[in-house]
Amino acid sequence: MAKLHGHVTINIENCKGCELCTDACPQNSLNMSKNINKKGYHYAILVEENCTGCTNCALVCPEAVMTVYRENKNRIIKPAPMASIDSKNISVSIS
Amino acid sequence: MSKSIQSVQCEHLDKMDIVWDRPDTLIDVPMHYCPGCGHSVVHRLIMEVVQELNIQDITIGVAPVGCSVFSYNYMDVDMQEAAHGRATAVATGIKRVLPDKIIYSYQGDGDLAAIGTAETIHTINRGENIVMIFVNNGIYGMTGGQMAPTTLKGSVTSTTPTGRDLSIHGHPLNIAEMIAILPGAYYVTRQAVNSAKTVRKTKKALLRGFKNQIDGKGGVSFIEVVSNCPSGWKMTPLQSNKWLDDNMLGTYPLGDIKVPEKIA
Repeated sequence: MAKLHGHVTINIENCKGCELCTDACPQNSLNMSKNINKKGYHYAILVEENCTGCTNCALVCPEAVMTVYRENKNRIIKPAPMASIDSKNISVSIS
Repeated sequence: MSKSIQSVQCEHLDKMDIVWDRPDTLIDVPMHYCPGCGHSVVHRLIMEVVQELNIQDITIGVAPVGCSVFSYNYMDVDMQEAAHGRATAVATGIKRVLPDKIIYSYQGDGDLAAIGTAETIHTINRGENIVMIFVNNGIYGMTGGQMAPTTLKGSVTSTTPTGRDLSIHGHPLNIAEMIAILPGAYYVTRQAVNSAKTVRKTKKALLRGFKNQIDGKGGVSFIEVVSNCPSGWKMTPLQSNKWLDDNMLGTYPLGDIKVPEKIA
């Protein structure tokens, strides 16, 4: 099984510490911080690197503080052209 | 302490795809709801649907009285506040004057099922082409946790300190089943927002309701969402979602109640 790799960024100042995301996460990647935010809540943080980007945490989050990223294995990253033909900013197009 | 409390950083975010982000149609302010409240999830789902269908400019929402009275502060569409219980009557007027606009009403159980029962039933009986969203958490959350018509049997609230007694307080009101027999109801469904699975289904139901209205199917799309009320139920958000699963769904079973026949 191909292992998906994902990541979550959390807007901690809007988090109200309801802990719903920690329960919804199938990988147990999320936990509550020992620190508090400006509102006085223990905010959610990503504590493990096994996030798969399943978006379960974002779906149950009432405050929509999550942004979920996922690695795309199919995305082809084209290599940058080695050098331009001349100095007139004509870029090389690889077809 | 088995788990570290340090958050994990990622240095390759620019090479990753964003698979979920806050919808642009949801105004970027903290909501006034209690931690774990289902109202915020329903707000977000409506705005995701509005963004996906690209109808932000032509959508008009009608806000109720209740906890969600300030929903116009969070939804970036035109909104109108209605008198207590009269959101569907106001939505009817807006839809008849502006038939090209997409109208939805958003109400809680105190608004739709208690004071606004007459307006609810007659709007559906007239078969107005609107989307009605009904958030049912079985309690009056804003006023301090009093008994609602949808409160379950035996539930302890501030006005039923010994639990709801069916011989005194009557039975829980199943609005969705009640209105499904009316010919004006085009699509009636009941969903929940207590887990990722149910949230996905609720979004599909909302998408279907709004599409019905865009296609001009001629009838109310009624979407009931069973939600939690951690403060009113005196529970933590996690406990309230568990309680919803164990107790609420027995009286309010999830699923489509009235589905339009497929046109061959």
